Amino acid sequence: MVSPAAYLIVGAILFALGLFGVLARRNALTIFMSVELMLNAANLTFLTFARHPLRGPPSLDGHAIAFFVIAVAAAEAAVGLAVIIAVFRTRGTVEVDALRTLRN
Amino acid sequence: MIETVLFWIFAVLAVLGGAGVVLSRSPLNGAMSLVGAFFALAGLYLLLSAQLLAALQVLVYAGAIMVLFLFVIMLLNVGADEVRQERIGPIRGGVATLTSLAALALVGREFLRIRFPFARPPSDFGTVAAVGRVLFSDFTLPFEATSLLLLAGILGAVVVAKGKI
Repeated sequence: MVSPAAYLIVGAILFALGLFGVLARRNALTIFMSVELMLNAANLTFLTFARHPLRGPPSLDGHAIAFFVIAVAAAEAAVGLAVIIAVFRTRGTVEVDALRTLRN
Repeated sequence: MIETVLFWIFAVLAVLGGAGVVLSRSPLNGAMSLVGAFFALAGLYLLLSAQLLAALQVLVYAGAIMVLFLFVIMLLNVGADEVRQERIGPIRGGVATLTSLAALALVGREFLRIRFPFARPPSDFGTVAAVGRVLFSDFTLPFEATSLLLLAGILGAVVVAKGKI
């Protein structure tokens, strides 16, 4: 049997990878995909703790939360990609470094 | 035994897919890696006896959301020269590496310290019926709020992306 900690470590690695992508990359689409990766890492952690709780019997509440995370991610993807399209239309680029209107 | 083998296959695939998203130059390659990572994660969900969530992962994430991503990537068709130019500078790369490694170390240490008691799930754990029962009893209000959120998402996407209405 695989230890539940192994699943949690996989989730932590995926989260760290996503964090690296958000901080290091400049392409808005890549940053957005990294955020999706972090959401999935959180989902994996939720499901691991739902199946292997620290006390009490396994509970399906974690499954419900993961369900809502997927729904929120769907809405976020729709709006976020629309924002990227709008930015590309006005600026002609999706590099986040080019967006500094509020800085001046 | 079979569980261990499957876990390692899915875990390695998920991490490789995640690394592909972050490190690939072209967003298109990154999106394909992300699809692979989502499939591997669905496998991990199955090993955690979360059948419904595994199916939703493939349908909603690998299906709907990634199709939307690929659609936008191909629609924008960001020039290849622009993609090639992206280099991660030493300061930016160093800060990002340090931050993510610190987060991984902090969280991983806590995870490895946990002692998990043995838990035997009920036979219908993670099935559509069981999760549906929870969604429509304890989580009725959030569930209905989700429908409003999705409606707002549709409207917001149309308003933002469409130049003139």
